[in-house]
Amino acid sequence: MTIEVKVPTLGESVTEATVGQWVKQVGDFAAQDEIICELETDKVALEVVATSPGVITGILAEEGAVVEPGGVLCKIDENAKGAENAASPQSAKAAPAKASALAAKTESPAVSTGGVRASAAEAAKEHGVDLSKVIGTGEQGVITKSDVLTFALTGSNPTANVAISSGAESDASSLPREEIVPMTRLRKTIARRLKEAQNTAAMLTTYNEVDMTAIMGLRKEYREVFEKKHGTRLGFMSFFIKACVGALKDVPEVNAEIKDDALIYKNYYDIGVAASTPGGLVVPVVRNCQDLSFSGIEKEIVRLGTRARDGKLSMDEMTGGTFTISNGGVFGSLLSSPILNAPQSGILGMHSIKERAMVVDGEIVILPMMYLALSYDHRVVDGKGAVTFLVRVKEYLEDPQRLILDL
Amino acid sequence: MSHYDVVVIGGGPGGYVGAIRAAQLGLKVAVVEMRGALGGTCLNVGCMPSKALLHATELYEEAEGGMAKFGVSMDNLSIDISKLMSHKDEIVDGLTGGIAYLFKKNKIDYIEGRGKIPQAGKVNVALNAGGDMVLETKNIIIATGSDVASLPGIEIDEKDILSSTGALSLKKAPKELLIIGAGVIGLELGSVWRRLGSNVTVVEFMDKITPEMDGEISKTFARILKKQGFNFKLKTKVTGIKKSKKTLTVTTEDVKSGKTSDIKCDKVLVAVGRRPYTSGLGLEEAGVTVNERGQIEIDHNFKTNIDGIYAVGDVVRGAMLAHKAEDEGVACAEILAGFAGHVNYDAIPGVIYTMPEVASVGKTQEQLKAEAISFKSGKFPFTANARAKANGQTDGFVKILVDVKTDKILGGHIIGADAGNMIAELALAMEKGLTADDIAYTCHAHPTETEAVKEAAMAVENRPIHM
Repeated sequence: MTIEVKVPTLGESVTEATVGQWVKQVGDFAAQDEIICELETDKVALEVVATSPGVITGILAEEGAVVEPGGVLCKIDENAKGAENAASPQSAKAAPAKASALAAKTESPAVSTGGVRASAAEAAKEHGVDLSKVIGTGEQGVITKSDVLTFALTGSNPTANVAISSGAESDASSLPREEIVPMTRLRKTIARRLKEAQNTAAMLTTYNEVDMTAIMGLRKEYREVFEKKHGTRLGFMSFFIKACVGALKDVPEVNAEIKDDALIYKNYYDIGVAASTPGGLVVPVVRNCQDLSFSGIEKEIVRLGTRARDGKLSMDEMTGGTFTISNGGVFGSLLSSPILNAPQSGILGMHSIKERAMVVDGEIVILPMMYLALSYDHRVVDGKGAVTFLVRVKEYLEDPQRLILDL
Repeated sequence: MSHYDVVVIGGGPGGYVGAIRAAQLGLKVAVVEMRGALGGTCLNVGCMPSKALLHATELYEEAEGGMAKFGVSMDNLSIDISKLMSHKDEIVDGLTGGIAYLFKKNKIDYIEGRGKIPQAGKVNVALNAGGDMVLETKNIIIATGSDVASLPGIEIDEKDILSSTGALSLKKAPKELLIIGAGVIGLELGSVWRRLGSNVTVVEFMDKITPEMDGEISKTFARILKKQGFNFKLKTKVTGIKKSKKTLTVTTEDVKSGKTSDIKCDKVLVAVGRRPYTSGLGLEEAGVTVNERGQIEIDHNFKTNIDGIYAVGDVVRGAMLAHKAEDEGVACAEILAGFAGHVNYDAIPGVIYTMPEVASVGKTQEQLKAEAISFKSGKFPFTANARAKANGQTDGFVKILVDVKTDKILGGHIIGADAGNMIAELALAMEKGLTADDIAYTCHAHPTETEAVKEAAMAVENRPIHM
């Protein structure tokens, strides 16, 4: 019988994938669970395996084709396997007494349809776990009961934990010294993309600091009115995005990217805002920030943040940013050097606000200060541009009226 | 006319277990069974009655002399075969009745009759009580099991020429019992009647008994059975049986030389295997594909070539074992309810309930060699196990085969008094992909026979403690 190998569920609201390399070609024999091709999405790269053994009779999605979950990748003729086994029935015929019930000679496939075990679905119902967020560790990614229970306890299930006990004297109550946890697809993608950025860009970081007095005063003064009118909090992020848009307009190469031998300058400002979720780092993008009001930006950030937490971000919402802002300050970072979100050429690092002793007009005063970091691709942005960018951001933030007057 | 989510044809281990699981998952289920009792071959004329006879006759043989070493002796020992048979029937009745109760509890409709599939979505039932009935259903699971196979020219009459069914209900032990086929059924029933006084001769076509088993196990098993009084004629085939008034004359032929010889006996048990039972189901009409071995062709979701028609158990590919059928029934029900099903065909145990028992899971040494997989093996004999010694049951050994590269267990083989229970540990280990080292570092209670499993795991690394 001919079966169809389909695009598996790609996880976390990913709706399409690009067919990467075909490991097997038409006419090749694929054993059960053998890798036949690779699929790529922006978030994940995954391997598709043969669900049944057989010979590949047709490839329906060539390399580079964009496919959706459930779409047919190729066809496998299972009868080729039948032909292989056809030799044994003859000997069975010739051997009438060969009837041991232990004789499970037929090579039958392990059964699985992908998806969720019944016991896992029940546990998910009981514990209120959203199965779309659980990573299946069973054969072919089937979600097992233990996956659901781990998720219910920890908010994620980093898959099969293999505890390595340290030896004879290990105390039953103590944790294992090491745990081996396979990387999730998201983790693998994060790792790959960050390393790619480091390997590709000529990356370096410039620093500055900003006096937050003006913005903090503004927020304090208008917080209630703003919230009453727009139904959303007035946060720092809208100021930073606005400041960055202004600075990007002044230093367009920070908003550019390298494509082959050309530079692409972008006259739109889609700013990625790095967010931490239980599953890992994601960077949803606030579109067309040049056209958005402060409240428009704040509302969009709330909306994207909620979707990120719920694991509902679509690919569209996470791709195509022109510049990124990463706020390590929320976790208390004083100073850090962010890594570029390739293929972008710049990323701004925000940090925590600390009261520090500063010298103003020959006097020592206490001011709420934040360090700023701009990592940039030196292939695109010169030192002058980078430093100018950061100075412009500083100016906009220390004197927000410049934002209104477009100065 | 009734509407069901699932109609299961066949109330054996594949069918009744699948039906209960489907009902647990909220599906509306009916089971069609024509036997007049639930439980299939296994409960009615297979595993269960044979185990009742095996256990009783084992005790009898122990009493007859096996316990002398403990200082226990008995005079005027006797066995009442008719009483033994009625005990066996009681067990069977109790178990099959138990399934009927489980059906009621799970609100499964039990329809006594012969099911036929005119097309997907419909099952016609010729009711045992007379009359017909049409069931409308979204899905059909065929779980009709298997039937006894015979040899060309040999007709089973269940009087003199018996199948396993007849051999489970003899009124007295035949003086000379000839068994065709040294597989599970032949050796188990051969053990029963040998213990009850028969001279047992087993004719086997292949060059060893239980040919599919691990070679070392098979060899040890043959030696032990010979010591118990079995006669084996290997590499021999049966070409015909002549009935005279009082005796049967079985003509055999040496496979190699072609030399024929006659063996006289009182009864013949034909135990050459079983074949899928699909006749009368209307498979041709429904368009369901059956292969040359008579098995219904299914995909990895148990679906036949026709949408809405599924099949599990002995009627499909794989070992003809009750527990394999049960697991397939459960998996099929879960798939029909929209979930993932799970059967790991690499970790299905098989047991022969002779004394000693023989149990195995996974690959044999011969299979690994044929597949060119690099393996290591660890063996531990029961003669070095304290509990086995105390029990006076030191026949046999545990053998574990592991992958050289990963230490994962590829096969486990046990011959020993309690092998059937002990194999569960190795099946679990294989299901979870454990290594021999994992077993070696699992605490096993002392004194138990299971320590031999741990020792065999340690023997893989050449470090058993008690050898």
